[in-house]
Formats: sequence, C-alpha cells, structure tokens
Amino acid sequence: MDDIKLLNLLKDNPRISTMDLADILNEAEDEIIARKEKLEKDKVICGYHTVINWDKTNSDHCSAIIEVSSKPERNKGYDEVASKIARYPEVSDLYLMSGKSEFMVFINGKTMREIADFVGQKLAPIEGVSQTVTCFILKQYKVEGILLEDDVKDERMIVTP
Amino acid sequence: MSKKYLNKAIQTIPPSGIRKFFNLASQIEGVVSLGVGEPDFETPWHIREAAIYAIENGKTYYTNNLGLYELRKGICDYYKRRYDLNYNPNENCIITVGASEGIDLVMRSILDEGDEVIILNPSYVAYDPCIRLAKGVPVPIDLKEENRFKLLPEDLEAAITDKTKMLFINFPSNPTGGVMDKEDYEKLIPIIKKYDLVVLSDEIYAELSYGKKFTSIASFDEIKDQVIILNGFSKAYSMTGWRLGYLLAHKDLVKEINIIHQYGIMCASTISQYAGIEAINNGDRDCEIHKESFMQRRNFIVSGLNRMGLTCHLPEGAFYVFPSIKKAGLTSEEFCERLLNEEKVAVVPGNAFGKCGEGYIRISYAYSIEEIKEALSRIEKFLNRL
Repeated sequence: MDDIKLLNLLKDNPRISTMDLADILNEAEDEIIARKEKLEKDKVICGYHTVINWDKTNSDHCSAIIEVSSKPERNKGYDEVASKIARYPEVSDLYLMSGKSEFMVFINGKTMREIADFVGQKLAPIEGVSQTVTCFILKQYKVEGILLEDDVKDERMIVTP
Repeated sequence: MSKKYLNKAIQTIPPSGIRKFFNLASQIEGVVSLGVGEPDFETPWHIREAAIYAIENGKTYYTNNLGLYELRKGICDYYKRRYDLNYNPNENCIITVGASEGIDLVMRSILDEGDEVIILNPSYVAYDPCIRLAKGVPVPIDLKEENRFKLLPEDLEAAITDKTKMLFINFPSNPTGGVMDKEDYEKLIPIIKKYDLVVLSDEIYAELSYGKKFTSIASFDEIKDQVIILNGFSKAYSMTGWRLGYLLAHKDLVKEINIIHQYGIMCASTISQYAGIEAINNGDRDCEIHKESFMQRRNFIVSGLNRMGLTCHLPEGAFYVFPSIKKAGLTSEEFCERLLNEEKVAVVPGNAFGKCGEGYIRISYAYSIEEIKEALSRIEKFLNRL
C-alpha cells in the first residue's frame, strides 16, 4: 500500500486505467479503485488536468504571471486577501511567496487587453492589494514537466544483446 | 578474401544470433521492438553536463592507464557505500572501455590455452566468444527455469575438471533476469575455495535488483581475493554509448590485467571518465528512479504475459523476462521470426544466448508502458492465431 507510487503514476498519466495501475503496482484492481476513490474524496487528488499548447489551436489565448504586493491583516495574515483574489475564474493559480512581493497570480485570458483590464479593474482595486507587476507570457517551452516542442525519438538500435 | 589468414580460434566463433535477428528486424517498417539490451532513459542531464564542462575545460588528454584517480576513488567509495566492500583505488581498480573490454582483459590475462571456464547457459552473448578468442574452453552449465535460473552447487561441482580455471557468473542475469542472493552463494563458496577457482562476477545489473538487496560474491571474505568484479556505467546510469566500465580485483591481478589494457587501449575515453565521476558520486538517486521505473514495468509485463498464457516467474533483476514458448510448438527462432513478420514485434530468440535458451524468448521491458502495452496486444493476437 504505497499511495505515493500511485499518485506519481496518476500525475504522469491521469488517463491510465485502473487495470494497468493494478498490473504496474502488483495489486488487485479493486484495491486500486478503492484507493483512488479515497484519495479523491480526501482531496489529495484535487483534479485531473490536460496540458494544452494553445499556440497550436485557432483560439486566442493569453497568459500572465502577476506579482501582487499586499499587507497582512491582524489575526488573518494573508488568507483574506488570498480568498478574494482566488474567487475570480480568470485566476488559474495563486501562491503566497517569499521574496519581493507577497502573491504570485497566474491569469488566463483571451487577449492582453482582457488581462490588462482584469488587473486594472478587478485585481488592483482589491482591498489589501498595494501594488501589481504584470508579466505576460510570451512563449511556453515547458509546462508541468512536459517539453511542448519535444519530439522524442528512440535512438536505440532495434535489437541489441 | 581467403579465410586461410585467420587464426583457428576466430574460426570457431559462429555468427551472432542477435546480429542475424537484427538484420531481419531492421528490414521491416513499423516494428514495435522489445528486443533491446539497454535502458530507454537518456543519460541524466547532470552527467551529460559534467562531460560538456570537461570538454569546455580542455580535459582532452590521455589519463593514467588505470583511469582517473578521482573516478577510481568514486567507484571504490561506491562499492563501500552500496555493498560494504573495501577496495583501494590505487591498487584494485581499473577503468575499461565498457564492461565488454573487461571481459576480454580478464580472459586474456588469466587463461592459458585449453583452460576451462565455466559459464552459465543461457548467458550474455560475448562470454563464450571472448573465452574462445583467448584460447580457453567454455564449459556451459545449463540453468533451469524451475530453479529460477540460479546456479546450484551440485551442478557447479559436476562441471569442474582438472582444467577448470575460472567460473564466470552474471547475476542479475541477462537474459533470464535471475538473481543469486547471499544464501544461494553460500553453498558455492566451499567449492570455489576447494578448487581454487577464479570467479569473474559480471555485476552490470546490480543496481537493478528488485527483491532482496544485491549481494556480490566478493563479499565472502574467504574467496574475495579470487573474485574479479566486472561492472560499468551502462545499465545503472543509462550510459551505454559512453563505453565506460571497470574491474575490481586483487592488486596482483590488476597489475597484470593493466599490461594488456595499457598496450591495447591506453585508457578509456577521458570525457566519458569525467561523466563517470559525476555519475558515481552524485548518481545514486538516478539509480533509484530508474530501478523503480523498471520494477513497475516488470510487474506490468509479467502480469500481461501471464494473462495470455506465456507464463513466467517474476524476475528479480535486470530488465528482461525469459518466458518459455515450448507450448507454441515452435523453435525460438521460428517463434520470433513469425512474430516479427506477422505482428511486427521484435523479441530475441532464447537460443541466441546459448543452446539452453532454446524454447524461450527474451523480452526486454526497457520501454514505456504504452509501448509494452502495444507489443503485448500484438503478441496476444499472434498467440491466439497459433
């Protein structure tokens, strides 16, 4: 019973079948199904996502990482401000950081204009937010450990001793 | 050209079964191969980077014949750290061009014409020819599936004659995936001692031991001076193309072995040696990651094979399964050629590793789960048609 191994396998391939998981981990399929359900229920597994290279689609897509400076509140720290920022569906990731600014906010939108409007009209006016620095993403090379342009070829000979 | 110029030893070596199969497989488009004897991982980046730095810094000269001291020191520290064996980098270690050179060096420095070397059948394809080329006589012991391809003491003793000089073992094994643990070796030690055999222990797959912790036969003090350890970087760190191996042995042996190495080779590639230093000192984690991944694929492939009736034991080391195909009523070569032609899956006929491998096939699982899955479904289709 090793959840870490199961989690790592699901991290690399969320679509892997429970039967394959059972074979790989040398366990009964029922056991795998039960463990997976429990991990989902306990919110250890919070979701299964797909890595998409939007540049290869026809859809407009623009992302930015925004450094947000903020002051903590008495007895609440940063959690109150964080929950206000996190509520917006445009925000895909939100982290409290060490370093120069307090938050790192990842925004997805259709255009730069849309993101700029979001920052100016929604994010910056939030009470407790004192400053924002918007960094637009120009090109994605590696996402979630995956090289987007990587064309891996097996360089080995077809049969070797 | 007339063969009359060739020496007699080389004329006794038959063409390689693997080579023959490689030629067949490379003519077919769209082959899914489970036929490769090397890991699919690229060499870890920090190791490649160390080699790049070495080039940038002009580390492009010959090294000491024995190899860079820092690398020999790293190897001795590694054997101490992983297997609790003591070797001195100045006296007991020599860096070779892959473990392959090590085999040749040992045979040529130990054997006189007619000396017998006990090898295990099936075994890696280079053992038998290297012995013959050194004018020795290979004496195979047939290993049995029902004994999980282990070497039994009664079989060893029965193979020994007054000409036996060496025992050549390889655990974890290519092609069977079999291992020997401490208890298995214990029974062999008195025999090795009694007949004063040199033991050449090919430990290239030591890092890929999935059951009990790997035991080297050199860890038995009473025969340690008789044991020559053969190892290298290919399988543990995915460094096959770097051609980097080593021998660990008693200082008197290393001194003599080095004579052949210094005149024949001079030294292993300097760049590869710098990469090796990084691997041996900072690569333990890579080994762990590779091992875990291989173990998962082993479980996956063995479950799949058993489900389709190609029953096999769960091999405890290396990255091969060696199932019997006797039920199919075909020879190993027929089976593999038909599987290749009809379903475009390449696996290696067991008899390429010695007569005793007839009736078996070697399947490598150094492939991604997706590739293994595709190959398994093709193998199943093939079996259902037979």
